[in-house]
Amino acid sequence: MMNTEIEIAGQKLASRLFLGTAGYPSPDILAQAIKASNPGLITVSLRRENAAGKGQKFWDILKDFNIPILPNTAGCYSAKEAITTAEMAREVFGTNWIKLEVIGDDYTLQPNPFTLLETAKELIKRDFEVFPYMTDDAILADELTKEGCSILMPWGAPIGSGRGLNNPYALKTLRERYPNSKLVVDAGIGAPSHAAAAMEMGYDAVLLNTAVSKASDPILMAQAFSAAIHAGRSAYLAGIIKPQEQASASTPLIDRPFWHQNQG
Amino acid sequence: MKITLNGKALNLEAPLNLYDVIEQQGYVEMLIAVARNGEFVPKTNYKDTDLQDGDDLEIVSPQQGG
Repeated sequence: MMNTEIEIAGQKLASRLFLGTAGYPSPDILAQAIKASNPGLITVSLRRENAAGKGQKFWDILKDFNIPILPNTAGCYSAKEAITTAEMAREVFGTNWIKLEVIGDDYTLQPNPFTLLETAKELIKRDFEVFPYMTDDAILADELTKEGCSILMPWGAPIGSGRGLNNPYALKTLRERYPNSKLVVDAGIGAPSHAAAAMEMGYDAVLLNTAVSKASDPILMAQAFSAAIHAGRSAYLAGIIKPQEQASASTPLIDRPFWHQNQG
Repeated sequence: MKITLNGKALNLEAPLNLYDVIEQQGYVEMLIAVARNGEFVPKTNYKDTDLQDGDDLEIVSPQQGG
């Protein structure tokens, strides 16, 4: 398997970039951004249909890419809303994958850990593959794992904030503590270097949307993220050197010219 | 019969099942999913779901999401 590929929930994905589809300047730019970056999966939502076929028009843009779809429960605040949304998504998109998003705070859009856990438990009972959007709390990770979540998606920073990795220590700790889970940094990414940093930590993938859709040139930015995620993964596999305090010459000192024994 | 569809009040002639409403409101053949009073209704159950006065329907379709 090339280092761009990843197997998640029994399915091989072509890339470790997971891309959102919201907020692009136009449907055509969304399509070009997908084409340019070839994400491993794309996220979508469900919203009220006005009987004019707007859902079908949107779906027509995505379906021919044959990229796995990850529907979300964005905007849900309760377990009941999230479960009903997940059931509707399973029927519409024909997948049991669900990005479980249960918001607990309007200002930060922080996921509610208690409702998240309760909802994940019920969805797993109903045969969903749950991709939980969560905080970077290790106890929450533990509880979700015990309930059967093999994928964990801690936030880098609040949704759409572009702040990057707010708490690298917590993210690193999750990676160390859950070596067998698929870990995806989801939300808050602003620059490709943020995504690369997550991948250098050993994260399995990065999910982002706004950093691409709101860039001046979303197509070019999608490519930049694809390259950064690839670079970060390669660096992780290659083994990054440990930082040290003292300088250490990289050019060999042996046989350097102009050296005399009495120079010491 | 008064129902709510996607947040809007509708006054329709009873009796009605869910499929009747979907047909009357122009949703047949569309890529949609339905919830009635907050509970998912599978496509196969539309014709067996008789509506009651005061029912709250949500009809959704694919949209952009992050």
